[in-house]
Amino acid sequence: MTTPATTQVGGPLDQGPPAEPRIGSRNRTGDKIFSGTATAAGITILVTLAGIAAFLLYEGFPALVAAPEDVPGGEGFWPYVQPLLFGTVLAAVIALIIAAPLSIGIALFISHYAPRKIAAPLGYLVDLLAAVPSVVYGLWGIFFLAPQLVPVFQWLENTLGFLPFFEGPTSATGRTMLTAGIVLAVMILPIMSGVNREVFLQTPRLQEEAALALGATRSEMIRMTVLPFARSGMVSGAMLGLGRALGETLAVALVLSPAAVISFNLIGSTNSSTIAANIALNFPESSGLAVNTLIATGLVLFTLTFVVNFIARAVVARRKDFSGANA
Amino acid sequence: MAKRIDVKDLDIYYGSFRAVEGVTMSIEPRSITALIGPSGCGKSTFLRSLNRMHEVIPGARVSGSVILDGQDLYGAGVDPVSVRRHVGMVFQRPNPFPTMSIYENVVAGMRLNGRGTRKAAMDEVVEGALQGANLWNEVKDRLDRPGSSLSGGQQQRLCIARAIAVKPDVLLMDEPCSALDPISTLAIEDLMDQLKKDYTIVIVTHNMQQAARVSDRTGFFNIAGTGQPGKLIEMDETSTMFSTPSNQATEDYISGRFG
Amino acid sequence: MTTTTTPTDLTAAEASLSQGRLPRWSTPATVAAVVVLGALAILVLDAPVPLVVGLGVLALLVALPALAWVVEGRRRANDRMWTVLVTIAFALALLPLLSLMITVTQNGLARFDWEFLTTDMRGVLGEGGGALHAIVGTLIITGLATVISVPVGIMTAVYLVEYGRGRLARAITLLVDVMTGIPSIVAGLFAFALFSIFFGPSVRFGIGGAVALSVLMIPVVVRSVEEMLKLVPNELREASYALGVSQWRTIVRVVLPTAAAGIATGVTLAIARVIGETAPLLIITGSTNILNTDPVDGRMSSLPIFTYYSYTIPGVPPEFGVERAWAAALTLFLIVMLLNLVARVLSRIFGSPTSR
Ligand SMILES: Nc1ncnc2c1ncn2[C@@H]1O[C@H](COP(=O)(O)OP(=O)(O)OP(=O)(O)O)[C@@H](O)[C@H]1O
Ligand SMILES: [Mg+2]
Repeated sequence: MTTPATTQVGGPLDQGPPAEPRIGSRNRTGDKIFSGTATAAGITILVTLAGIAAFLLYEGFPALVAAPEDVPGGEGFWPYVQPLLFGTVLAAVIALIIAAPLSIGIALFISHYAPRKIAAPLGYLVDLLAAVPSVVYGLWGIFFLAPQLVPVFQWLENTLGFLPFFEGPTSATGRTMLTAGIVLAVMILPIMSGVNREVFLQTPRLQEEAALALGATRSEMIRMTVLPFARSGMVSGAMLGLGRALGETLAVALVLSPAAVISFNLIGSTNSSTIAANIALNFPESSGLAVNTLIATGLVLFTLTFVVNFIARAVVARRKDFSGANA
Repeated sequence: MAKRIDVKDLDIYYGSFRAVEGVTMSIEPRSITALIGPSGCGKSTFLRSLNRMHEVIPGARVSGSVILDGQDLYGAGVDPVSVRRHVGMVFQRPNPFPTMSIYENVVAGMRLNGRGTRKAAMDEVVEGALQGANLWNEVKDRLDRPGSSLSGGQQQRLCIARAIAVKPDVLLMDEPCSALDPISTLAIEDLMDQLKKDYTIVIVTHNMQQAARVSDRTGFFNIAGTGQPGKLIEMDETSTMFSTPSNQATEDYISGRFG
Repeated sequence: MTTTTTPTDLTAAEASLSQGRLPRWSTPATVAAVVVLGALAILVLDAPVPLVVGLGVLALLVALPALAWVVEGRRRANDRMWTVLVTIAFALALLPLLSLMITVTQNGLARFDWEFLTTDMRGVLGEGGGALHAIVGTLIITGLATVISVPVGIMTAVYLVEYGRGRLARAITLLVDVMTGIPSIVAGLFAFALFSIFFGPSVRFGIGGAVALSVLMIPVVVRSVEEMLKLVPNELREASYALGVSQWRTIVRVVLPTAAAGIATGVTLAIARVIGETAPLLIITGSTNILNTDPVDGRMSSLPIFTYYSYTIPGVPPEFGVERAWAAALTLFLIVMLLNLVARVLSRIFGSPTSR
């Protein structure tokens, strides 16, 4: 940060009002430069976003127009990206299905159930989950979670095997789509529960007391006032979580053992990869058109998350005085 | 319906702060009891302790007893939820549930008890409660509109309808008219006069004329200074309180306001 | 006056204020019983942990409301069930955190030693070696990203709070929010696409990683600084204007210093957020075995990348690589937790309102 050269205005605050209004050109110029810099910084954001789209398009374009047999997989770009897109959405949706109810529970616990004094530290603990690097999640997923889940998957196959999701045969390592989804769910819990917590706490106290005074129990009060009030906030929280899950790379890259398939089997050893994981796994060894292809898949991912996030934010923006960004 | 309340040696706390000290009073059934006193003397706090809404605030507690027709509200094994079912409350600012229609607002309390599943029975209760709250004629054609679409005075009467729809024994009102214009205020005062045939009503008000107009008995709360607990100074027939109060502080307060 | 239309009469249970109530110890006792049974199942029967946890949760979910139903009635049972559900949801969130901490510490301590912190991987095939190059790389890359992001972030926040009106400001606000959701791998691809235009398709260097991380870091900085600036009371600004101080001097001398502690907290959290990023660095900084301190010349390792490759390409025999991966994960974990702690302490000391 730049400290301005203190030329004539020593300590402006303790000097008292100047004898005449200071309309000197000095300050005008200073103001102009400063506000110009600030505006430029703001515009940098727009330029960066536009730049991301532009450069990805520029570098990804060759793959979009290349002859199908030159694209990795030999069938062209869209056949290449389809199973990846499928895997991306599948993993994210699994994560969302797991995380949505949990995040509501966590947020309610902190906002309406936990004793006031420990509520803030508890919220902080949940936020810590967001700070854990994804590569650490990946290792944890492989070495701790996956082996623990194998018997559960086995059980799912035996009892619910008639559903396509649990068809089996169960992966012996536990490194499956469902495992990846669970890891992703843990990773998006903090942002989702953070948004939910914030909207739950905004429920007007007067509404809550009205419900209690009618003889509602705590859960009835929550269903009468808190949840209806928070509906749009919860939707946008879920969208934000979905956006994160779609774009998460390393945890999935480490946990999944991928193949280029479209399969609804969540517990088998053949799983679709996700766009992000596929890029991470293949980029370092790629060259030529393969690089362009990966960048083009990145563009697809960027578009997808942009749309999801945009919707989430637009829903949030409709609520006044609310920001979900600090979760 | 309409039960009597006997309060005995009630101390009310926010954490370690004692907000109200040593209140003993009797509240007669089928009558209106007004509570007056300077700001911060604990009127709202006391009122909220009569249906155990006080303990909703973290760290808040009471000692002493509040007897509702022989049952101690703070006795062992008493469920605050059923206490509130018997002792209804109307708040200073109207607070209908914004996501519910007028109709749903009125039946909200009944739905909790799992009754009123029969549409015809519910319709009947809604009409009864809204007529009881003098609101029926104004809203009967738009029962499915949101409760928040009404004017402030109508909203407050909707809240009264919501409270009486569950047929409580007692109705507590904390400055129910302070957010309303004179016409709505009069409407609610008339309403209280009708309601006292069936209910025990306790009302907190800053408006001396209102206390004098509507209440049968009046209690005066006062506070010695900031940080001190509020106390019940005097309680008597309203006519006595406003003509010949026995306590100097009461007289000062009442005449100060009247003067 | 028709208040007395068909009074829906109270049932006997409702008429009394004191229905049956469970004693206070009933809940802790039930929980304790389930926990003991679960522990026995794991220790004695060697049952799989997730299965036991799942069944335990189910047991509580059934037992507590059922007990309440019998003694206290349907509504209370429902209320209990919500309490159990909500509490279990919270406990389930803490479970992975706890398990992460234990797993990382247990596995990481084996190689978390002096050699690990002070040597690089030059010529190491099996045993030994360290992450010095990765630690230094992480510090350089994150440091550069901070140098880029903090001024841009602060100035953008200043624009939004102090100057921004109208459509441009609204667009920037929305896009900053959208930018917080950009996948980290896309940020890496962006940096690669940008620099490969100038330096060719094999471009790999530290500064590229810093640019990629900045894309992720700037929106976080903007958001937190914006919030801090909004908390500076308007009276302060007006007092300063009333003295004839120009707007920019007011911002630099009054507004920013007032918000300084909050800004420091926000920046620290932003650093913590990007320091563990792996995906963008995988693409634009690559990986190397030796110490490289020049961010504009060649591949540069970093802790997350080191962790990743130590696991995926562990060398022969693989145990040593995997041990190094865990040690690096532990190092990273400690750095991130330390940064979070610093942020908390900062906001506690200066009483900034981030610590709600
Ligand atoms: N939630 C609370 N936490 C702590 N103290 C409180 C709380 N609510 C009220 N108090 C304190 O309790 C005392 C009594 O407050 P109360 O609201 O009952 O006064 P009141 O007589 O209703 O005043 P008013 O006429 O202004 O409504 C006051 O000193 C107040 O500061
Ligand atoms: Mg009050």
